[in-house]
Amino acid sequence: MSVVQMLKRELNLAEKMTESNELQENASVNKSRCFLELSGVSIDFPTRKGPFRALNNVNLKIAKGEFVSIIGHSGCGKSTVMNIVAGLAQATEGGAILNGKEVNEPGPERAVVFQNHALLPWLTCYQNVELAVKTVFKGKKSKKEMREWIEHNLTLVHMDHAIHKYPSEISGGMKQRVGIARALAMEPSVLLMDEPFGALDALTRAHLQDSVMEIQSDLKNTVIMVTHDVDEAVLLSDKIVMMTNGPSATIGEVLEVDLPRPRNRLALASDERYNQLRSEVLTFLYERQRRPEGT
Amino acid sequence: MSNKLIGYMETAGLSWMVPMVRLCKGEDAREQATELFNKVGLPLLALLVFLLLWSAGAAQVKTSLGVLPGPVAVWHQATNLYEEHQLQRDKADAFYARQDERNAKKLAANPDAEIKLRDYTGKPTFFDQIGTSLVTVFTGFLLASLIAIPLGVACGLSPKLYGAISPLVQIFKPVSPLAWLPIVTMVVSAVYVSDDPLFQKSFITSAVTVTLCSLWPTLINTAVAVASIDKDWINVGRVIRLSWVTQVFKIAIPASLPMIFTGLRLSLGVGWMVLIAAEMLAQNPGLGKFVWDEFQNGSSDSLGRIMVAVVTIGIIGFLLDWLMTTVQAMLSHQKPAGH
Repeated sequence: MSVVQMLKRELNLAEKMTESNELQENASVNKSRCFLELSGVSIDFPTRKGPFRALNNVNLKIAKGEFVSIIGHSGCGKSTVMNIVAGLAQATEGGAILNGKEVNEPGPERAVVFQNHALLPWLTCYQNVELAVKTVFKGKKSKKEMREWIEHNLTLVHMDHAIHKYPSEISGGMKQRVGIARALAMEPSVLLMDEPFGALDALTRAHLQDSVMEIQSDLKNTVIMVTHDVDEAVLLSDKIVMMTNGPSATIGEVLEVDLPRPRNRLALASDERYNQLRSEVLTFLYERQRRPEGT
Repeated sequence: MSNKLIGYMETAGLSWMVPMVRLCKGEDAREQATELFNKVGLPLLALLVFLLLWSAGAAQVKTSLGVLPGPVAVWHQATNLYEEHQLQRDKADAFYARQDERNAKKLAANPDAEIKLRDYTGKPTFFDQIGTSLVTVFTGFLLASLIAIPLGVACGLSPKLYGAISPLVQIFKPVSPLAWLPIVTMVVSAVYVSDDPLFQKSFITSAVTVTLCSLWPTLINTAVAVASIDKDWINVGRVIRLSWVTQVFKIAIPASLPMIFTGLRLSLGVGWMVLIAAEMLAQNPGLGKFVWDEFQNGSSDSLGRIMVAVVTIGIIGFLLDWLMTTVQAMLSHQKPAGH
């Protein structure tokens, strides 16, 4: 099957999925557009001097299919917010509700793309995705379907040429592509990305951002991305959540990005609205939330 | 092709052979010659100097058994031991041939005759003893690994368990094999009672002593390796919701394999050292017993024969270490096998 055919099939699938989900949504109690909700989230870390409040009263509502970026200075707890949604960290107060269910533990419906890809180096790209697919779709897909699904996801991130290579044999950008494929292969209702392009050089990063935009416009995933890159946030997001500095960090401001999609980074470079949004984020980060001295 | 060959050689720790391959490939001859001199020439030179010093020094030492043997005398004893081995083999072959002939005759006279098959009971030669030592050390090492790896994984996964047994490990780790041996001997004598023993008691005693001493490096390395797995890898398993067993076998163990192998390598080294001492005292027919017997024998050849044993022990220890390093290099995930 050619790549185009696969992508087309994927598009049809995605359409059907959103249709059925919309039906469900209309029928369910969940009348608002809110799909994922963080309410009153605070987290304390124990230290020798007593508990250290890293996050304080974080409230956030995310609609289905939205691409949300969380931006802030390093150490402000933006990854912690994501980890609470992932279930990898437990909130001291408040919590996250996804699709009407409280989040208590990690799970494949909230797949994570890790900052440093976190591929298992003793497995090939295929096997890395396979480990996830085999566990998540155990008893739901036949062996053949699983194989096709793994190959399909690796094709989606343009890694079909290196399916049987080991992570040590491919570049950093390629590793992150496989990491994204692994997360997508779990068919998550929310895709969580923790500074996914942070460790890559600028050109590779741009390539991957374009890939992610493309995939997101096809699959209509709900995405939460943690980033410290202003351009990345404005280019990819529907909504930018700007965090204040810690301790007791919280959401300072939420910026709606109303740029039309599909977005083109070259065209946007001279776009007035784009630059306006960009400077709003920059103003927040560098004037209103200047880093405290000595950190 | 030649690059692949070089890759294999480097994995196998034979990097000194690489310049030769490069020379054959027609790469810069001068550079490769220097490389070859550094990797092969210098060690050979050092060996030569050592042999000369040994030869000169040994002649000065007068013992009750004559002059301390130099390299030439030791080499002479080595060939003697080999000849003795051949002689014993011939004798054994002749014995079995005679036995077969006798039995065939008996059967020809009376087809219902009872046939007696006896093992040859000649003295074990030096080479038989090397074999016994290797079997014993691997038995003990295998036993130690079977205990240490699962226990180490459990300790790595549960800090509480590790904290609980850590003091015990610290106490037992430095205990000399010679201290264990009497206890092991008594326990084996009491527990391992059978009319038709599969193994000799001395063999079990030596193997168990090796186990007790070579347990610790693997145990500690495994525990530390499992406890210090990259947190992201664990999180991957949690996000996928791997079952506990899959988490252990698909993530924890593969991730710690390189360090577990470092532990195994140390264990095998310790085991080999311990074995010689254990065999001396337990009278297990191995290299240790050979050394002890020669010492008790006290003939003019004895010192030379002991030195042959010393060199052999060293070479085998080196080969065992090389074996483990090679396996480790093949398993290490930085360089997957066959790439």
